[in-house]
Amino acid sequence: MLHTVNKSPFQNTTLMDAARFFQSGDVLLLLEDGVFACQTGTIHAAFVENLLKNVKVYAMRADLKARAITQLIPGIEITDYSGFVELVEKNKVHSWL
Amino acid sequence: MAEEIKKIMFTVRKPPHGSIYVYEGLEVKLIMAAYDADISVVFMDDGVYALKQGQDTKELGIKGFAATYGALMDYEIQKVYVDRHSMEIRGMTEDDLLIIGEDEETEEPVKPQVIDSQAIAAMMAEQHNILSF
Repeated sequence: MLHTVNKSPFQNTTLMDAARFFQSGDVLLLLEDGVFACQTGTIHAAFVENLLKNVKVYAMRADLKARAITQLIPGIEITDYSGFVELVEKNKVHSWL
Repeated sequence: MAEEIKKIMFTVRKPPHGSIYVYEGLEVKLIMAAYDADISVVFMDDGVYALKQGQDTKELGIKGFAATYGALMDYEIQKVYVDRHSMEIRGMTEDDLLIIGEDEETEEPVKPQVIDSQAIAAMMAEQHNILSF
């Protein structure tokens, strides 16, 4: 299962709400304002570090760069639009809009 | 009878790029700066991300507007504030903030002023109008 989250964890609880439905081995793609969850040193970093124990977490490069997010929580992988397509090919998708 | 100069505050609470609010808000600030008003801008909550140095929107295929913040002081918008708490819970420090102009006398680069929520609240109470973006 591929979960996509495009909302800032500081504005609403989409990421936390979605996480209740993650199963071990699922994939989470953070994109658009969702990439704010990737940064180290935020109040949400521990939550994301915990997620990484069970799910593979990707972040969209274009969105990271636009927001100047350079300090990523270790374990998060950076992907791009073609990587997104590959993830969609391999998984069922749920967009947590 | 001299008309009282209006105190107008802009608050920015949304992150940049995910929506058009922050950009549109910037446009309004630059327009309002042409009028004789006492303008202040406060970045709080996810709005603090708009002031992060090093934003590169090339890959998103949009022009980006972070560079325009560097001209705020040229537009005579001097009162630019950042809510300290919002910045800290996002793991940001003053070093992460971009430059909004240079000091007229010393020509030193100037950054937005980081202040506490209580100071912002006190300023809010003094305004004629507060516009939120």
